[in-house]
Amino acid sequence: MTQTTTPKPQTPWAVTIQQRLSTAGLITLGALLAGVAIKTTGLSGKLGFAAAFFFISTLLIFIQQFRLRDLAAAKDSLLSSLASLAIVLTLIPIISIVATVVGKGYKGIHFGMFTNDMTMASVNDPVNAGGLLHALVGTILMVGGALLVSFPIGLLTALYLTEIRGKLARPIKFLVQAMSGVPSIVAGLFILSILVIPVTQELNGLMGSLALSILMIPTIARTSEEMLLLIPNDLREAGVALGATQWRTVSGVVVPAAKSGLVTAVILGVARIIGETAPILLVSGGADALNLNPTSGAMGSLPFYIWKAFLTGGTEEAYARAWGGMLILLILIVVLFGLARYLSGRKVG
Amino acid sequence: MSSTENSNNENNMEKKMQTTTPSSLASVANNREQRVPGTNLLGTGLETRGVHAWFGKKHVLSDVSLDFAAGTVTALIGPSGCGKSTYLRTLNRMHEFIPTAALAGEVLLDGQDIYAPGTDVTKIRLRVGMVFQKPNPFPSMTIGENVLSGLKLAQLKKSNTDELLESCLVRAGLWSEVKDRLGEHGGALSGGQQQRLCIARSLAVEPQVLLMDEPCSALDPGSTFRIEETISELAKSMTIVIVTHNMQQAARVSDYTAFFLSDGGPGVMVETAPTSKIFSSPTDKRTEDYVTGRFG
Repeated sequence: MTQTTTPKPQTPWAVTIQQRLSTAGLITLGALLAGVAIKTTGLSGKLGFAAAFFFISTLLIFIQQFRLRDLAAAKDSLLSSLASLAIVLTLIPIISIVATVVGKGYKGIHFGMFTNDMTMASVNDPVNAGGLLHALVGTILMVGGALLVSFPIGLLTALYLTEIRGKLARPIKFLVQAMSGVPSIVAGLFILSILVIPVTQELNGLMGSLALSILMIPTIARTSEEMLLLIPNDLREAGVALGATQWRTVSGVVVPAAKSGLVTAVILGVARIIGETAPILLVSGGADALNLNPTSGAMGSLPFYIWKAFLTGGTEEAYARAWGGMLILLILIVVLFGLARYLSGRKVG
Repeated sequence: MSSTENSNNENNMEKKMQTTTPSSLASVANNREQRVPGTNLLGTGLETRGVHAWFGKKHVLSDVSLDFAAGTVTALIGPSGCGKSTYLRTLNRMHEFIPTAALAGEVLLDGQDIYAPGTDVTKIRLRVGMVFQKPNPFPSMTIGENVLSGLKLAQLKKSNTDELLESCLVRAGLWSEVKDRLGEHGGALSGGQQQRLCIARSLAVEPQVLLMDEPCSALDPGSTFRIEETISELAKSMTIVIVTHNMQQAARVSDYTAFFLSDGGPGVMVETAPTSKIFSSPTDKRTEDYVTGRFG
């Protein structure tokens, strides 16, 4: 019997080290030539360097591919270069925002900010005086209130579109899509003009919740609709074939099957509105003191806290507070999106 | 679901059939326990009178009149797109689930037209259950909850649900495999087990008639065998109508066979007879061509 040896696993299609080195060499050459271009021509500054660097490197790789292979491969490399550029252009603002907020915000973070409000602290007090408890509580109350209004309306709208599929489904779908493009200040003005001025004549947290609902309903309705469409029609037929009415099938089979997707819809809806500033400024009043009653008196919120510290503070301490508030808001949003991804990734439940 | 049930699996199955002679299928049909209609008291069964069906303007089924005697198994055979699944879905009013669907004719359950005005469609579907082509247990429910889901969905009150749970699973031939894991999700079962779970689920509401739309087309031969055993067992207490592409299966499980065909126009029922006769001496040339594998 002959001994058979298992061959070593190989990846003959992988890019070789020589190829990598030559590409790296070309990119380095591109950087050098870009430096020369900055010195000798009218181009100047970081932006000029970046543009020259991209243009020269792309050209060098294009020529190399054309010499080594053919025109098709060269065009292929051009597309890769453009895609890389697009990724860099996308990442720059994101990384820059996160870095700025974290870099400036951590100075404004202290334990007391979760236990104090701003009633006893002025803009000239040190950063660790006062806090954003009132803003955090206000945001949670207003977003929670908006959720209580938006989730039933959003879900029922989605059920109308996917389960009932009535004659109005198409126009409603169009309207919901259009509504998700409503500028947030319009939502604020709407509540201001139909509720605050004619009816309540008071700015409070409830008005803020209602303004936020207008922005939240389309997000929840559209995401829920997509999640419900993922449920196979087989399940609906199986439910109906067991002698269930449509309502029993939807509530007993379809909605439970889409549960994790609907939770995702809620979280995306919350993330959509949690940082909204314009409607909050218009209708919730904005306060420095903790207010637990949404139906009476002005209510603070994180966006309002940030806005006020920036606009009316004018001191180092006020700016530090503003950046600290932004960091807290950013962390909240990241946690919510992370939660949404985790829940939507799970299969059942 | 569309009425065109087509998958490679089925086509392969039909190609394989070409090597089978009709007489061997007839002997299969003769060699199993015979059931005689009218010998048990399960009601007068199901009858259709001149059933036509449309999807939009397309006439897909023309003038089908068939009787399903109580306590018998009837197989509906025919090539893909001949309207047999559509016909099956008219028998428990699942046809109207498709928005453009239309219908003519009468479907009589114990002599009452199930399409008569004022009929409660959910009551009809309680009496005429259905098992689908693809196993579709409810993903949000456990195995036990799946079996009893019909009671919850149709809001039926039942005492001793534990007994019912066991008896349904026993009749579906699944009890021994799942009795220790009733709390697990239905998705954890194999395809064949899932399909038997779906059969158990449809038994829990105690239907008079069970419609099966190619219940084995997505399953391996072992699971198919288990389900065929289940069908024979169930036929003692209910009327079964099964759509199948597998003529061996029709010969093994059914008392009567109806052959459907479409020549490009609406599907028609060409011939119906006791299963052994369909496979030995069919009256219509087209039936003979089909069961001997000359086309389809």
